[in-house]
Amino acid sequence: MEQIKTIIKPSSRTGLHLKELWQYRELLYFFAWKDIRIRYKQTVLGILWAVLQPLGLMLVFVLIFSRSSIAQAAGNIPYEIFVLSGLVIWNLFYTSVSMASESMIRNADIIRKIYFPRLLIPLSATAAALADFLVAFLLFLAFCLFRGQPVHVSALICFPAGIALLLLSSFGLGTLLSALNVKFRDFRYALPFLLQFLFFATHIIYPPSMVPDSWLRQVLALNPVNAAIAIFRYPLDPASADLSMIMMGTASCLLLVVVGLLYFRKTESYFADIV
Amino acid sequence: MNTMIDIQDIGKKYQINSGTSYLSLRDVLSRGAGRFLKPGRKKKETFWALKDVSFKVGEGERIGIIGRNGAGKSTLLKVISQITPPTTGQIQINGRVASLLEVGTGFHPELTGRENIYFNGAILGLRKKEIDRKLDEIVAFSGVEQFIDTPLKHFSSGMQLRLAFSVAAHLEPEILLIDEVLAVGDMEFQKKCIGKMEEVSRSEGRTILFVSHNMSYISSLCNKAILLEKGSLVKEGGVSEVINEYLTSIRKPFESENHSSNQHNDTVKLLGVRAIDQNGAAKDSFSVNETIRIEMRYEVLRGGSVLWLGYNLHNENGVNIFDTHSVNTELYRKPHEKGVYTAVATIPPHLLNTGNFFVSAAIFNHLERIIYVHEKDITLFHVHDVLDGITARGMSPADFPGIVRPLLEWNINKNE
Repeated sequence: MEQIKTIIKPSSRTGLHLKELWQYRELLYFFAWKDIRIRYKQTVLGILWAVLQPLGLMLVFVLIFSRSSIAQAAGNIPYEIFVLSGLVIWNLFYTSVSMASESMIRNADIIRKIYFPRLLIPLSATAAALADFLVAFLLFLAFCLFRGQPVHVSALICFPAGIALLLLSSFGLGTLLSALNVKFRDFRYALPFLLQFLFFATHIIYPPSMVPDSWLRQVLALNPVNAAIAIFRYPLDPASADLSMIMMGTASCLLLVVVGLLYFRKTESYFADIV
Repeated sequence: MNTMIDIQDIGKKYQINSGTSYLSLRDVLSRGAGRFLKPGRKKKETFWALKDVSFKVGEGERIGIIGRNGAGKSTLLKVISQITPPTTGQIQINGRVASLLEVGTGFHPELTGRENIYFNGAILGLRKKEIDRKLDEIVAFSGVEQFIDTPLKHFSSGMQLRLAFSVAAHLEPEILLIDEVLAVGDMEFQKKCIGKMEEVSRSEGRTILFVSHNMSYISSLCNKAILLEKGSLVKEGGVSEVINEYLTSIRKPFESENHSSNQHNDTVKLLGVRAIDQNGAAKDSFSVNETIRIEMRYEVLRGGSVLWLGYNLHNENGVNIFDTHSVNTELYRKPHEKGVYTAVATIPPHLLNTGNFFVSAAIFNHLERIIYVHEKDITLFHVHDVLDGITARGMSPADFPGIVRPLLEWNINKNE
C-alpha cells in the first residue's frame, strides 16, 4: 500500500497541483455525472432538451432573418446551417459558464465539510456541459447531412480545435466567475446580463462581415467565442476564414484561463470559511 | 509506534464580520470609501479559534477531542482535513485521511439511494472499484434494500441517516476524523455504527480522531483524549481522566474573573451564570421534582441598548433541549440603563429528564442582529431521580426514556 504523506502549512497553495488533480480524476467524473443526472431527473424528454433548444432557436432566427440582408451576408452556406453551427457552439459556452459560476455555491455544503481540489468543481461543470453538447453536435451533423451541406475534410481538425478553444475559454471564465461568486454574490445577478451581452457580441446570427470595419470589429475579435465559431465554421465555408480574429480570440482565451486559474488559486483555500 | 499525525503549534485566526459571512461588492466599495475618508479608524476584530495546539497521534490511537461548544474542536478537525488552512504552525500526516464532519454530505434528493452511495462514497475518498465491491455490504448494513433504487426524497429522514451512516462505516482510510456525526439518528443504529467502527479500528489498527459531546461514546470508542478550552489544548491523557477534568471545569458556576473570556464589546459584560434552587442557593445537582433556576449576572457598561437574554440547554448527547429568551420581561422592549443586573429563568419541576445538562448563555438582539455575548456550555447541572414522591416515571424500573420527562395530567373515566 502506498504511503501518502501530507504537509499542511498556512495557506501556501501556489502552482497548479496537476498531480493532485489527476489523483482525484474519479471524483471529477462523479461530479460531472451527478450534474448530468440531476439536470435531467424528472424531465420527460431528458437530454433531448439539448437538441430542442438550439433547434427551436434556429427556427426563430431563420423565420425572422432568412430573407434579410443578414442572411445574404452569411456567405456560401445556407443561413440555417450558419445559425445552427453558431447556436450549438454558443450553447456549450452558455451552459458551461453558467453552471460553473454557480457551481461553488451549489456545492457549498460539500466544500465546508470535505477536502478535495476545489478546481474539480468548475471543471466538472464544463465536463457536464460537454455531454449536452455532444448530443447537440450529433444533431448538427445529421442536419448537415439532411441538407446536403458539404463539409471540408479539414473538419477532422477544425471541429475538435474549435470545441477545445471554446471549452478552454468557458473553463477560464467559469472558474473566474465561480471564485468571484463565492466572495461577491453580485456576480450571480450580473451573469445573465453578461451572457446576453456576449450573445450579441458573438457571430451567431450575423456574420463578421456585417460589422463595420472599425474599432468595433477589433473589440469583437477579442471575444474568444468568435474565434471558436470561426474555426468551427471553416470546414463549412472555407472562404469565411479570418485568421487575425482567430489569433486574437485564442490569445484572449489563454489570458482568461490564466487569470481565472490565478484568482481561483488565490482564493481557494478560504472558500470553506466564506462560502 | 509510528506517528500518524504530528501537529505543531497550530493556530487559526478568524476575522469577525458582523452579519453575513460573504460580501457584496457594494459593501467592499463603501468600506473602501469609508477607509479613504476616515483612515485608520476601522480596525478588524479577530479571534483565535485555535492557538498553539501541538500533539502527536500514534498509529492505532483513537483520540477523543472534548471541550465546550466553541472551544475549537471542529476547527481543529477542519484544519487537519485541509478544509481550511491554519494561520500558523504545521501538520504532518502519514496516510490517507477521510473526514466525516457530517453524515450524508452531498446527498441529493433527486438521486436514488444507490446513486447517492456512489457519489457520497466518492467524495469521502472511496474509489469506484471499492464502492462496487462494498455496495452490497453497505446496502445490507443500512437495512433499506427495498428502496435502494428509488429517489432519496422518498426516504424518511431516518432511512436517509441509516444510508449515510452505512457509507461512513465502510470507509477504510488509515486515519478517520469524525465530528459529532452520531448526535442524530436513532440510538439503536448509532450503537451499531459505533460497534462497527470499534471493530474495524481494533482489528485493523485504524487511527481515529473523534469529536463528540457524548461522553459515553468517547469513553467506549477512544483510548486517549484531549481537552480544548478556548482554542488551547489544556489536557491530554487517559479518557476518564480528561473527561473528569472537563466535567469539573464546567460544573463550576461561571464567573467571568475565572475565565479568559472572549467577550469583546463595550456595551455589556457577562459577570456570572449559575444554577440555583428555589431558595437562591447555588447547586449543581437537582432532583426531577425540584424547581431549577438559572441565574445570569451582567453589567451594562453603556446604557441605551435593548438587550435580550437567552439560554439554551443541551443534554449529554448534544441534543438541544430548548432555547429560551427573556421575552416576557419589560426589558425585552425597553433599553437597559447602566448598571448591574440579575436575570433568572425558572425551569419548572418535572420538565427535564435525568442526566447532565449544559447551559449556554447569550446576550443579543436579533432585530439589530448583534450578539454581544455568547458563551457556550458555560455551566453544567445534573438532574437525578427521586424515590419518594410522584414523578413521571412512576413505578417503572430503570431509566425512563425521552428527551423531556413531563408529568402530564391524566384522566381515566369508565364508559357507562
